[in-house]
Amino acid sequence: MPTPAGTLYRGREGMWSWVAHRVTGVLIFFFLLVHVLDTALVRVSPEAYNAVIGTYQTPIMGLGEAGLVAAIVFHAFNGVRVVLVDFWAKGPKYQKTMLWVVVGLFVVTMAGFLPRHLMNVFGGGH
Amino acid sequence: MAQATSQVTVDAPRSPYDRRKTTRGNFELYSWVFMRASGVVLLVLIFGHLWMNLMVGEGVHAIDFGFVAGKWASPLWQVWDLLMLWLAMIHGTNGVRTIINDYAQRDGTRMVLKGLLYLAFVVVVVLGTLVIFTFDPCPTDAPADLLASFCSAN
Ligand code: HEM
Ligand code: HEM
Repeated sequence: MPTPAGTLYRGREGMWSWVAHRVTGVLIFFFLLVHVLDTALVRVSPEAYNAVIGTYQTPIMGLGEAGLVAAIVFHAFNGVRVVLVDFWAKGPKYQKTMLWVVVGLFVVTMAGFLPRHLMNVFGGGH
Repeated sequence: MAQATSQVTVDAPRSPYDRRKTTRGNFELYSWVFMRASGVVLLVLIFGHLWMNLMVGEGVHAIDFGFVAGKWASPLWQVWDLLMLWLAMIHGTNGVRTIINDYAQRDGTRMVLKGLLYLAFVVVVVLGTLVIFTFDPCPTDAPADLLASFCSAN
């Protein structure tokens, strides 16, 4: 379905950044529920905690962690953009520019994070 | 013309804010402000958490029981994690509440989903808080090689 002409919001950058913010927020929330449960295993026994954390150190989970970090980095930077749109007088005017700044910062942050993390995961540190 | 009408006076409305009177208070306003304030603080807390646990040293590979014991031996990381737990759970629960309100159209569905959400909130926050405060870095019945080095110091 083509985007109706004259629509300033629907189908444009503003809408898609909102969708991505929503999806990443929910994703992080469900991760956090599981994450507090796995951390709680330190109260069961060192063996139980190490066994579960050991599964976080496999390559598959390593990729999952990269995805989680990507979700957080986007949600965090775009969250700052939302704050600026709401509180900075010129925020609404620059909302689109700021989205590209968010994307730029996202790329730079992930470029710093990924090599190091993937080396830890695949480099056979142990 | 403009001069001629200058005598007209209009009574002030009896109660300018009548239309704002509801029994709901300002909850949604506070929750809107909270999402923004907590978000900015969470950025620092979570980036710091990810830095310490994924980037420093061997990253994820370094994490085990002894690693957690070493971190929670410091009040800084205890407070850090406690704040992160509470802020992230309130921020995330409030965000998911908004999403449920947006999409769950039937009253029954909405109530069930929110009930589950608030239940998860209470369980996770209480459990996570207890874990930080009751953590024992050197359980006596555990093999020493799984524990932090400071456990065998004396
Ligand atoms: C893959 C990435 C992550 C790893 C490897 C990781 C690892 C850990 C570890 C080892 C602990 C134990 C204590 C400590 O080190 O401070 C912990 C606790 C905690 N983490 Fe993470 N974490 C990750 C991502 C996150 C994210 C994204 C959040 C927030 C949304 C988060 C929130 C917490 C909280 C609240 C605690 C304290 C739990 C409690 O009170 O029992 N973590 N994490
Ligand atoms: C890392 C720092 C974070 C920042 C800067 C941030 C910022 C924000 C902001 C400003 C909003 C409001 C958006 C709006 O009203 O349109 C929001 C919404 C939300 N956040 Fe975060 N947040 C962060 C971390 C988190 C975490 C850790 C979680 C999950 C536990 C989370 C889950 C959500 C959810 C589910 C929403 C609702 C989205 C919606 O209504 O569309 N956020 N965030």
